[in-house]
Amino acid sequence: MKNGFRLLVMAAGLVLFTACSSTGDSKDGAGADGQGGATGSATDQGSAQSSGVQPGGSANLAVLDDPNNILSNQVIYFDFDSSAVKPESMQLVTAHAAFLAENPGLRVRLEGHADELGSREYNLGLGEGRAQAVKRLMVLNGTGAGQLENISYGEERPAALGHDESAWWQNRRVEIVYPAR
Amino acid sequence: MKVPMSIRKPTPWLLLAVLLFTRDAAAILTIEITQGAEGALPIAVVPFGWTGATGLPPENVSEIVTNDLARSGRFKPLPEKDMLARPHQGSEVRFRDWRILGTESMVVGRVQDRGNGNLEVQFQLFDVFRGEQLIGYSIPATAQGLRRTAHQISDLIYEALTGGRGAFTTRVAYIVASRPGGRESYQLQIADTDGFGARTVLNSNRPIMSPAWSPDGNRLAYVSFEEGRPEIYVQDTLSGQRRRLLPAGASSSAPAWSPDGSRLALTSSRDGNPDIYVYDMASTQLRRLTRNPAIDTEPAWAPDGRSLIFTSDRGGGPQIYRIAAAGGDPQRVTFEGRYNARGSFSPDGKRLALVHGENNRYSIGVLEIDTGILQLLTDGALDESPSFAPNGSMIIYATAGHDRGVLAAVSIDGRVRQRLLLQEGDVRDPAWSPYRK
Repeated sequence: MKNGFRLLVMAAGLVLFTACSSTGDSKDGAGADGQGGATGSATDQGSAQSSGVQPGGSANLAVLDDPNNILSNQVIYFDFDSSAVKPESMQLVTAHAAFLAENPGLRVRLEGHADELGSREYNLGLGEGRAQAVKRLMVLNGTGAGQLENISYGEERPAALGHDESAWWQNRRVEIVYPAR
Repeated sequence: MKVPMSIRKPTPWLLLAVLLFTRDAAAILTIEITQGAEGALPIAVVPFGWTGATGLPPENVSEIVTNDLARSGRFKPLPEKDMLARPHQGSEVRFRDWRILGTESMVVGRVQDRGNGNLEVQFQLFDVFRGEQLIGYSIPATAQGLRRTAHQISDLIYEALTGGRGAFTTRVAYIVASRPGGRESYQLQIADTDGFGARTVLNSNRPIMSPAWSPDGNRLAYVSFEEGRPEIYVQDTLSGQRRRLLPAGASSSAPAWSPDGSRLALTSSRDGNPDIYVYDMASTQLRRLTRNPAIDTEPAWAPDGRSLIFTSDRGGGPQIYRIAAAGGDPQRVTFEGRYNARGSFSPDGKRLALVHGENNRYSIGVLEIDTGILQLLTDGALDESPSFAPNGSMIIYATAGHDRGVLAAVSIDGRVRQRLLLQEGDVRDPAWSPYRK
């Protein structure tokens, strides 16, 4: 699951890039926007293939970008005002836990997020609680605690920008952030 | 010279809308009063006279005063076009004419250029029915400080007529989030409470949140993500000097100054999950106050410094609890509804402003501590971050505008509401300053 915010940033980066390298008329801009998503995923795959040269990286990180592999899903969603990992997310969390247990040199960041409902500071706590819940579960499943770094962004970095449930459910999440590849 | 422009809207709800220009071109605040109070006191602030070498005074003092009084919701200023005369001192006032207009109080005054950049502002406040002067002052001023002098005059008038202390010389700190060219941008800004004089005191490409004024009004504590995780910084608002409060490594958030400024209550997860700690500014020691696997956050001090409130979901959902500053067993304070958070004490310690959630709608409420009665002041869907004015008369908070966050203020009886609109960016996290010391 790719989040809209990242794509937006990526697309904006491309617009800037094309603006530098082209005549920069508005049609070019629109084209660059359109290419944003496609180029983005191609780049992901390209970097993934070169992951073998990462220092200390015996891990085959390519599986993380293989859409047929469960590990390509790196976002865990939560119910409103809850930091309990839902039963339907267990398989995903344990798959990542096992992958990390097999690759003890790999470190990931667990980024906890909340929807915009209610108080900002409490939501920061909620994001933290969510990241911790995922961490606990992963440690129970064999991941070394030292491989996991928790961080909460609260409601500060939404994945979706709307003001209704269609955006809110996407923002109540923990993202498992693997090293750049 | 910037002279504010005023736009009058005929809608009865919009008593007044003022477009305010500030030094920072991007920070243009519009303040509109969205709901006025019944029974506001009719007052006439007659345009002040000006004696000086140039054609116009540096600031329109009477207009600043008029807008201040209107924003408080306690006054209904007479529109300038309805005034039959423009006296500049008491001896020129024919009270009978003003009584006919229903004016109960009136202010006349003048600004005089004393040379070398020195000004003098004289004003008198009259009870129109008795034809008596209530107060009269002559105040030395400067061109740069004239707005502040005008706000001081508003304070004097407010105090003389309501018996309460005015808060027109205080300021508001808030966060502006924007996305110029698709890049995240965050600013911590400070502005006068009428929206003028906005200036950025911190710029970052990572989130900033939770500004909190020190009790002397000279420092701001806030949370910045600049090193990756949320961490508390303390910044001198004049010099701009700042430091990170705690050693790197653990997240910290929700700073709250003790009333004497010697300590900061905060949230840290250094021992596993978010708990409340108290940091001593002198000894730099951190003392743990709560110990619970739940989320404990949003500490706020009682005005006497002897206890704190905080938000905790230890009972299931977020509710507000109270704990002695020395520690002990927290007592639950809020019981109405499933979501009560972000409490803060009124200056007299008798009430709490809080965020109350019901059916996915979040509004600002005031809880009377003794009776437990909760009154909802707003009907927004996404209202948050309430902050009391230092005189307790109003609460500023963040609300959702039609496409972005804006600041709004409401009187604590809920009768007067106003919005503060920035030209661009998502505005949030307001903190009303204390009185300057």
